[in-house]
Amino acid sequence: MEEKAIICKDLTKQFGDFVAVNKISFEVDSGEIFGFLGANGAGKTTAMRMLCGLSFPSSGEATVAGFNVFNQQEKIKRNIGYMSQKFSLYENLSILENIEFFGGIYGLSDRQLKEKGEELVNTLRLQKEAKKMVGELPLGWKQKLAFSVAIIHKPKIVFLDEPTGGVDPITRRQFWDLIYKAADDGITVFVTTHYMDEAEYCNRISIMVDGRIDALDTPTNLKKQFSAETMNDVFYELARGAKRSDN
Amino acid sequence: MSAIKIEHITKTYDKGNVTALNDISLEVAKGELFGLIGPDGAGKSSLFRILTTLLIADKGTATVDGFDVVKDYKQIRGCVGYMPGKFSLYQDLTVEENLTFFASLFGTSISENYDLIKDIYVQIEPFKTRRAGKLSGGMKQKLALCCALIHKPTVLFLDEPTTGVDAVSRKEFWEMLKRLKEQQITIMVSTPYMDEANLCERIALIQNGELLSVDTPEKIVASYPQQLYAVKADNMHKILNDVRFYENLQSVYAFGEYLHTTFKNDEAQIESKLTAYLQQKNNSGIEIKKIEPTIEDSFIRLMTEASLIKQH
Amino acid sequence: MKQFLVFVRKEFYHVFRDKRTLLILFGLPIMQILLFGFALTSEIKNAKIVVVDYSKDASTQKIITKIAASSYFTIEHNILSYDDMDKAFKQGKIKCAIVFPSSFNEDLKHTNKASIQIIADASDPNTARTLTNYLISIISNYQAEINANVQVPYQIQPELRMLYNPELNGSMNFIPGVIALVLMIICTTLTSVSIVKEKELGTMEILLVSPFKPLYVILSKVIPFLALSFIDLIVILLLSNYVLGVPIRGNIFLLLMESTLFIITCLSLGLLISTVTNSQQTAMLISMMGMMLPTILFTGFLFPLENMPLPLQIISNVVPSRWYYYVVKAVMLKGLGLQAVWKQTLILLGMCFFLLTVSFRNFKIRLA
Repeated sequence: MEEKAIICKDLTKQFGDFVAVNKISFEVDSGEIFGFLGANGAGKTTAMRMLCGLSFPSSGEATVAGFNVFNQQEKIKRNIGYMSQKFSLYENLSILENIEFFGGIYGLSDRQLKEKGEELVNTLRLQKEAKKMVGELPLGWKQKLAFSVAIIHKPKIVFLDEPTGGVDPITRRQFWDLIYKAADDGITVFVTTHYMDEAEYCNRISIMVDGRIDALDTPTNLKKQFSAETMNDVFYELARGAKRSDN
Repeated sequence: MSAIKIEHITKTYDKGNVTALNDISLEVAKGELFGLIGPDGAGKSSLFRILTTLLIADKGTATVDGFDVVKDYKQIRGCVGYMPGKFSLYQDLTVEENLTFFASLFGTSISENYDLIKDIYVQIEPFKTRRAGKLSGGMKQKLALCCALIHKPTVLFLDEPTTGVDAVSRKEFWEMLKRLKEQQITIMVSTPYMDEANLCERIALIQNGELLSVDTPEKIVASYPQQLYAVKADNMHKILNDVRFYENLQSVYAFGEYLHTTFKNDEAQIESKLTAYLQQKNNSGIEIKKIEPTIEDSFIRLMTEASLIKQH
Repeated sequence: MKQFLVFVRKEFYHVFRDKRTLLILFGLPIMQILLFGFALTSEIKNAKIVVVDYSKDASTQKIITKIAASSYFTIEHNILSYDDMDKAFKQGKIKCAIVFPSSFNEDLKHTNKASIQIIADASDPNTARTLTNYLISIISNYQAEINANVQVPYQIQPELRMLYNPELNGSMNFIPGVIALVLMIICTTLTSVSIVKEKELGTMEILLVSPFKPLYVILSKVIPFLALSFIDLIVILLLSNYVLGVPIRGNIFLLLMESTLFIITCLSLGLLISTVTNSQQTAMLISMMGMMLPTILFTGFLFPLENMPLPLQIISNVVPSRWYYYVVKAVMLKGLGLQAVWKQTLILLGMCFFLLTVSFRNFKIRLA
């Protein structure tokens, strides 16, 4: 049997009386594209932080890339990549400098950095812009670049937090091509999004409501289960009953 | 007289190095719900700021409610409502304090125009003593809309009101806008979500500071020149790569659970020919059907055409 | 008018609901006053002193032994020439020196009167004053001893010389300095940050796109801070009077008027900062670093201006707190009236007018 990338059992995070994440359980296969959806404030970010080794769960168990989220956070961090819409790259460093910096953090050698840097710039067709400051690039390019940098060290799992927010429809699809390619290379992709059509591109999706996972299946099965036409309808059906919201 | 009239507006930043808006002309009729649809960085916010007198265009003129955006800025400031992008209210003031403040700012009171905001305000009224910072994204957005409406503006500018808000709140927000329209308020709203375009009466598709098209959503979709096909198979990623090498292909891209494709020649048995090709490439569960395009399909086509023109 | 009042009320909400602002507003002045007050008046132990003894006799030896025995002093060198002493002062090796003239014993025996010279490094005026007081009390202690059984009393006359800062500026003078510093920081930082915060939030766009006049936006931001700074001033004056025992000798009304003028000057400086920055951090940095450092350096309450190189003295003229400090010192500590400070008042008035004009001009009614 193939190793699971993420195993989560009754994972819970409590802040005082408030149960942000309430006993969520799921498994993600290696090489799977796993969509992690939910209404504002459903607990997505909190759950993702625990899986990335950034915060301790209150109770439950979880392993990420085979490592325990309670006592092997450092090992988890070495085996994952992370990218979010808010923080991606340093705007006042050039493309190559960003690659060198983030690659360097994960301990890539100078030779690897040079090879990877060239390869990355070539695949993204950024040869002309390689020495430009990242801040000067259009948003869509930045996001594609940020993703490529997030997987530069070939992590086992990459976490993407709303990676395509505000990006134009063509670039959004190019971004998903990159995600597919990473999945083909065996990288497990864990992604959140507000675009419901993107939910369809995932192998399986989970939908969080009020700290719980209320639905988890392939997009086709979910639509069948809720007898809905689109993922949008499925989401609406589930999230409509949400009691709480974000911040 | 039109509520908003924009003529040949050009706006550049950074001493002319960055063009935010390039020769934009546009008219919005009184009482219309008009959508400005485009990704981040398309120039939507710049246009809003010019119309709300916050920025001055390099070239061109514009009027709002008959007033010139440069000369008559004082009159405009008295009659428009504006909700800026990434706008957050005073986080440390309560719901009621925020609303009272904005009401007095415009020289009015909550009770005076309560009718206008009633539908929206009743939804947040139970939380009126809560600080705005502790509200959910959806509720914040409702409060912001109340604040923008409290002085009964004739024209309402909403810059990306639904960005970062979940699908449920987005749907509710658009229902509120429809009800406002019945009050004869002209509304100009921008959004990066293409699926929201259908909720507007007329839309402008905007990309890189240029208008790709301005019309009703129906007409924009109807002007799609070709037959669009939806293609599906068990392994979507594999089929996408295979279709890309199909000789008669014009364009293909993922679209939800399907691929959307167009072909160079709309020949008779296009479906059976493609099926044969895909089967030969070992795809299973193949499904091909004719479909009507959406706004997003139109946007993608117009965007591709625009960039082709630029290259030549 | 109602609009205006609502706006001002909103500003007060912001202040009273933000712990950080409250801390700067009320924690800072109290902390500063107490810190300066107690740090500068605390006891001094083991100060390095040189003894230049030209007399070398039994009585000088006794005095030297007494000095050495006290915990306040450590005798650095016993015998030294006058030139060596001078050098030691310049290098900052010693804080204080005591010089016995060669005729000390003879004068004392024959005329019953002798003098001792005490020299102190007064660039740190408080230390200098404390040290000389200690020495004088040691000497009078000795004097009392030898006078115990004689009919004609002996008199030892200490002659004081304060090096570098003969007027001993600073002893009590840190109070006016702290007032200037606190008002400067509060007014510039809080005003600039509160305006820039609206820019960051995006609410500034709404304020501009409203019929409310941009000028009123500024005014309604300034007025709450004017009131709050005034309260701060009262708190400082009360603290320094009742806790540190610094009297207010002059006309309190004049003092308050002058302070209001200074507060308005600082507020307009804060406004000016807010017109050239777009982030709270930058505004904070400019107000804190850009304003605090010159205020500390060029006001004259920690580092006497007279001892600064000429270029720095010239620069100090454009620092408003320098003039305000002079005024407060004159009115509060020396009890002087307006006729003594009218020049400084005029300078402050001019600065205030200039800053207000520039910041009003700079305030944009649009975004760019």
